[in-house]
Amino acid sequence: MKPAPFEYDAPTKLEEALALLARHGEDAKVLAGGQSLVPLLNFRLARPARLIDVNRVAGLGGLRRRDGVLRIGALTRAAALERSRVVSLHWPLLREAVRLSGHPQIRSRGTVGGSVAHADPASELPAVLTALEARFHLHSMRGTRTLRAEELFLGFLSTALEPDELLVEIEVPPLPPCTGTAIVEHARTHGDFAVGGAAVVLTIGPPGRCERAAIVLLAAGPAPRRAAAAEASLEGRPANAKNLREAAGLAAAEVEAPFDREFRRALACELAERALTKAAARAKEAA
Amino acid sequence: MTRPISLEINGRRYEAVVEPRTLLSDFIRHEVGLTGTNVGCEHGVCGACTVQLDEEPVRSCLMLAVQADGRSVRTVEALAGPDGHLHPLQEAFRETHALQCGFCTPGFLMSLESCLREHQDPDEHQIREALAGNICRCTGYAGIVEAVSLAARRLRARTDGARDSTQQARETDA
Repeated sequence: MKPAPFEYDAPTKLEEALALLARHGEDAKVLAGGQSLVPLLNFRLARPARLIDVNRVAGLGGLRRRDGVLRIGALTRAAALERSRVVSLHWPLLREAVRLSGHPQIRSRGTVGGSVAHADPASELPAVLTALEARFHLHSMRGTRTLRAEELFLGFLSTALEPDELLVEIEVPPLPPCTGTAIVEHARTHGDFAVGGAAVVLTIGPPGRCERAAIVLLAAGPAPRRAAAAEASLEGRPANAKNLREAAGLAAAEVEAPFDREFRRALACELAERALTKAAARAKEAA
Repeated sequence: MTRPISLEINGRRYEAVVEPRTLLSDFIRHEVGLTGTNVGCEHGVCGACTVQLDEEPVRSCLMLAVQADGRSVRTVEALAGPDGHLHPLQEAFRETHALQCGFCTPGFLMSLESCLREHQDPDEHQIREALAGNICRCTGYAGIVEAVSLAARRLRARTDGARDSTQQARETDA
């Protein structure tokens, strides 16, 4: 099908985009890469009165590493993240996640900010950004605010973004030394939505003890969320096979699913264990 | 509400006035009349409508025509030479039976041609990953994978040949 008619603005300055959002935010949708929004428009599942296309807004794209912190402009294409040397060197989890997300023809258009604002719990970037403790900078005419993932992702396709706010930048802190990361997922076909998956950030101290763990499951509930009990079970304990398996089980026990719950928990348990094992091996390599 | 746009398609400039909701796929087919680009699912899953935007493969059904204003688009019509000579990838598709009904083929070609520019010597895994975003209901993909490695081989031989002849030319000059 074809999209229903809409008014269209293509601002070139951030202030212009924010002014449009302040005026029309309630009836408008922000169009970034369009890889989730345009299918919804084509199906007429979404019929916004107005689209505010931010693709021509200057300064919204770009990847920068300053003082060890990665700043991802919201309009950065997934493909740019995938090709970035800085990203693959310092945040390999981002690259690993992007390569599981869609196909080259999707990643060439899809943006990091768009994926975050769409907030699909089966999606890779929201999950890994949650595990990496990213901070999200939102701008509006009223001012700016910075949220953590736990504050931003509220539920299924739902975020704390107000109608007049725009996600402008995502900040990813540096990984501590001796840290390994991994994302593992299961999808029906390559590039398809994940049925289950796990993103892990693991810091392992010199005696082989886990100092810090971040575990986020994909498609495990309405929003990406840290598996707190599983993380706590690992902290201060040796990162051995038995403890990693136990943590995976604790994470999987938190999977919420309206149907196929047993299957989804078994899947989450297996994938979390694989991700933890991979991350632990990589943390030891990094040491 | 309509908007004027100006974009380049296959090296030719097109000026038009479009409704913002016009999809790039529909613009290419209905306004410009280039019907080589096929529209399958119209929600970004099948890959039939893949074109190249500034050399990168994109789903033309997931872009608005207004978004292509000022950009450069390549469609399947740009692959063959002006004399109708097929592109090595098209030749390879024909030879290895990489198509049957042909509906998905333009999308495959535009995705894979871009992949071959990035990877001159792709292995089977890379080829399968590159074509994962395009669906073919006829072939079972084996012929397509074969076509890509055949085309890659020929394109490599061609660039090597070109390098040799430049080398020769240089030596002759000297």
